[in-house]
Amino acid sequence: MARFTDITATLGDTPLVGLPRLSPSPDIRLWVKLEGANPTGSVKDRVAAKMIEAAEDDGLLKPGATILEPTSGNTGIAVAMLARRKGYKLIAVMPENTSLERRQLLTAFGAEIVFSPAAGGSNAAVAKARLMAAERPDLVMLNQYANPANAAAHYEGTGPELLRDLPEITHFVAGLGTTATLMGVGRYLRERAPGVQVVAAEPRYGELVYGLRNLDEGFVPELYDEKVLDRRLSVGTEDALRRTREILSEEGLFVGLSTGAVLHAGLALAREAAKAGSTADIAMLVADGGWKYLSTGAYSDGLDDAANALDGQVWA
Amino acid sequence: MSVEVRVPTILRTHTGGQKLVSGEGDTLAKLFDSLDAQHAGLKGRIVTDEGTLHRFVNVYINDEDVRFIGGLDAALADGDQVTILPAVAGGM
Repeated sequence: MARFTDITATLGDTPLVGLPRLSPSPDIRLWVKLEGANPTGSVKDRVAAKMIEAAEDDGLLKPGATILEPTSGNTGIAVAMLARRKGYKLIAVMPENTSLERRQLLTAFGAEIVFSPAAGGSNAAVAKARLMAAERPDLVMLNQYANPANAAAHYEGTGPELLRDLPEITHFVAGLGTTATLMGVGRYLRERAPGVQVVAAEPRYGELVYGLRNLDEGFVPELYDEKVLDRRLSVGTEDALRRTREILSEEGLFVGLSTGAVLHAGLALAREAAKAGSTADIAMLVADGGWKYLSTGAYSDGLDDAANALDGQVWA
Repeated sequence: MSVEVRVPTILRTHTGGQKLVSGEGDTLAKLFDSLDAQHAGLKGRIVTDEGTLHRFVNVYINDEDVRFIGGLDAALADGDQVTILPAVAGGM
């Protein structure tokens, strides 16, 4: 049935799509779960819905309330859409070095944007949001980095969908941001698919994004538990960009840049499986489509120019 | 045996501003000892007195987070690349 009462009902049950052209052999299969199919076009629709529902149930969110959230874009856009439907306001605290489309979408959905400095990337956005929340107790901070509802959205939604559609799964790869996708899906798979490898693809940004004043300003999300992961791979801007273009040209999939990082890690796992002579079904999470990144030149400029343009950006 | 190490901006006060330094050692612990001999204080910013990695520091050998491959005991081979980065909030 593809008929829904309203847009929010289209959440989840996203397609799992094979990548036969990028898979190295018939025994080693690559799959992608297309989260761009969610209502506002990213995996964060799952998270926004769950966090808002939990805050309503806990009595934190009351009609007319204002939500405050640090975000580099997707979570903010997803929360903004639901907030507008439900009569909440949203103040999104966002690093100034994020793509134009993300700002435009937030504004279109009625959110107010407060910018945090480029240096320090999302760290600075989190710090600024915490300061604002301390000054204004009326604001409701969902705090996606620490909110158990974030990981629960994946434990209850993304994980079960994935195992239902790919019971033979051997590897799961996703980007590492709040860490909730990997924590939620990872825990679900560990309980039900023994031996599955849970692998994080962590974007490695340009130096600006790591521009802390001292190491004590560092940040590890409260949700993160390294025991859920088997490996954590760091993927630089140029590799992520190259893979984003490769999946577009080889498979016809127009995806965001975090997927380039995930694919880079997934292809490394595929090569290792081929070398070991084993079979593998490697599932990768596509957090969003490429639409919000067009203005960065990621799909049209020369590779070097695009990589340079993205160097100081929080591109995933 | 030589291993190339990428140092983040925040730790370059110990390397005279150098972004790339090189050291010796067949494990990460030995590499940090060798680096500390040339760049005083660097090791203390990365490794705690208890001999573990600082909470807000991530170290990668050829893009692999060392916490999953033995931590400071992780093996190094000639030509490996080590990257040190502060732990920061990811995008979302």
